[in-house]
Amino acid sequence: MKVVSCTELSFRYGKVKVIDNVSFEVLKGESISVIGPNGGGKSTLLKLLLGLETPESGTLNVLGETAGRSRRRIGYVPQVMHFDPAYPVSVLEIVLMGRLDRLVVGTYSKKCRSVAEQALESVHLADFKNRPFSALSGGERQRVMIARALACEPELLLLDEPTANIDLSAEEQFIGALAALRKDMTLILVTHDLELVSELSDSVLCVNQHVHRHSLPLSGETIREIYSGRRRIEHDRKTRHHQGDHSACDHD
Amino acid sequence: MTEKRDTIRGTIPHVIMTEFFETVRDVPVIRFALLAGIVSSLTYGVVGTFVVTRRIGYIAAAIAHSILGGIGAAIYFSRTYDMVWLTPMLGAIIAAITSAIVIGCISLKFKEREDTIISAVWAGGMAMGLLFLHHTPGKGVNLESYLFGNILLTSKGDVIATCALGLVVLALVGLFYHKLVAVCFDEEFVQLRDVSSKAYYLLLLVLTGICMVLLVRVAGIVLSLALIILPAATACRLVRRMWAIMVVAVGLSMIYNVGGLMVSFQLDQPTGPFVVVVASLVYGTSVLFRKF
Repeated sequence: MKVVSCTELSFRYGKVKVIDNVSFEVLKGESISVIGPNGGGKSTLLKLLLGLETPESGTLNVLGETAGRSRRRIGYVPQVMHFDPAYPVSVLEIVLMGRLDRLVVGTYSKKCRSVAEQALESVHLADFKNRPFSALSGGERQRVMIARALACEPELLLLDEPTANIDLSAEEQFIGALAALRKDMTLILVTHDLELVSELSDSVLCVNQHVHRHSLPLSGETIREIYSGRRRIEHDRKTRHHQGDHSACDHD
Repeated sequence: MTEKRDTIRGTIPHVIMTEFFETVRDVPVIRFALLAGIVSSLTYGVVGTFVVTRRIGYIAAAIAHSILGGIGAAIYFSRTYDMVWLTPMLGAIIAAITSAIVIGCISLKFKEREDTIISAVWAGGMAMGLLFLHHTPGKGVNLESYLFGNILLTSKGDVIATCALGLVVLALVGLFYHKLVAVCFDEEFVQLRDVSSKAYYLLLLVLTGICMVLLVRVAGIVLSLALIILPAATACRLVRRMWAIMVVAVGLSMIYNVGGLMVSFQLDQPTGPFVVVVASLVYGTSVLFRKF
């Protein structure tokens, strides 16, 4: 069964083309890593899958529906902690946000609380439920974010650079939590961490305006081509300069 | 035991309280101000917590100042066109809700221009109010009483309106508490749950606007702003959970409003400024206390 079906998808921010005529599929139960240089369109691809951005052309179906309509069935762990980490809420209150429903007002039901507590248990944070979010370490916060995504009871879990701001020991705990989840759901993981790729993925989507699917293990040549291949990056840079975007200069 | 009771009876606080409660019993205007203070303490503590933790104090300030536009327009139209039903309180509510929605919509759409737009609504609202008041026929309007409050102008109608609005605000917060907390914490995630983060953000701004109107008679536009922010800001320094901040903020607000009314009455000081000076001092102390 296809969880994601993407055909000739293109997207641009203003005049800058970020995704260009991309086609790929993700099947149920697969664990896919999305890698590529900064500004290559990885996070944009996730936002398109979530329906937070609208494609310029092409079709994108997620869980059998047009992207955006299925977002309640998707768990999402964002890239940057764009929220205030000192916000005065408890761990359980954050995880319960995964149970928000536009038609329900008042307090959360018992079922919602039990799903949220189960989600916390699956990331080994059951004992932390009453702690203030601000009192947690970076790794613990990231696991809370996963628990919040799991509280949505998702069929597809999207993670955007989940290990970007955490130390090595926290990363180990995090990988352990994800490895356990991998058996039960489809995972799409945006990362620069090649260790995470090899531990958690069945295959890799390399995104740099275009998308190429590679099976694991990745050869050294492929990795070089993706991250430091002069020809490819320079070509990319030229195109972007031409289009007025200078962010690609950072890739050197 | 009797000796101890007699000692307490002789103390200054006891004398102040006894005299104050006698005045509350005998003078309706003080009774109205006290009731308005108690009801608004509840709403200020609850909504102020959202304002402080979501860091939208500057938006609250813009809404508060734009209320003058509504007050000025209400006085002008009621006097010029005999629209008796258009009270300054009603004008203030309309202006508060309108400016909350305008600021909210514009800040959501043009995030990068947010500060400029807020400044424009702030200054524009005040200027409009001043223009209306300038052209209002008849006896001159005491502008200072709207900016800084005047307890003697509090009427029974104002208290009824304050209580009704306060209850509406509390009921809405109670119904949508979890969604408001979630929107303040992570708007994008709320959107992913198919809940309109924009609608709840606008609701929060409207509730803030309504709060600003509640004590407009007692504390005035400018000082109401301090009363919504300072108790919650002080509470944030003392506790770390949303509900706990609300409880402490309500408690502090109650002490400031009721205690301030009591002491300012005894010392013959203007209530609004007296309360705000005390609240500022307590907040300043809490900042220093945490620093050292």
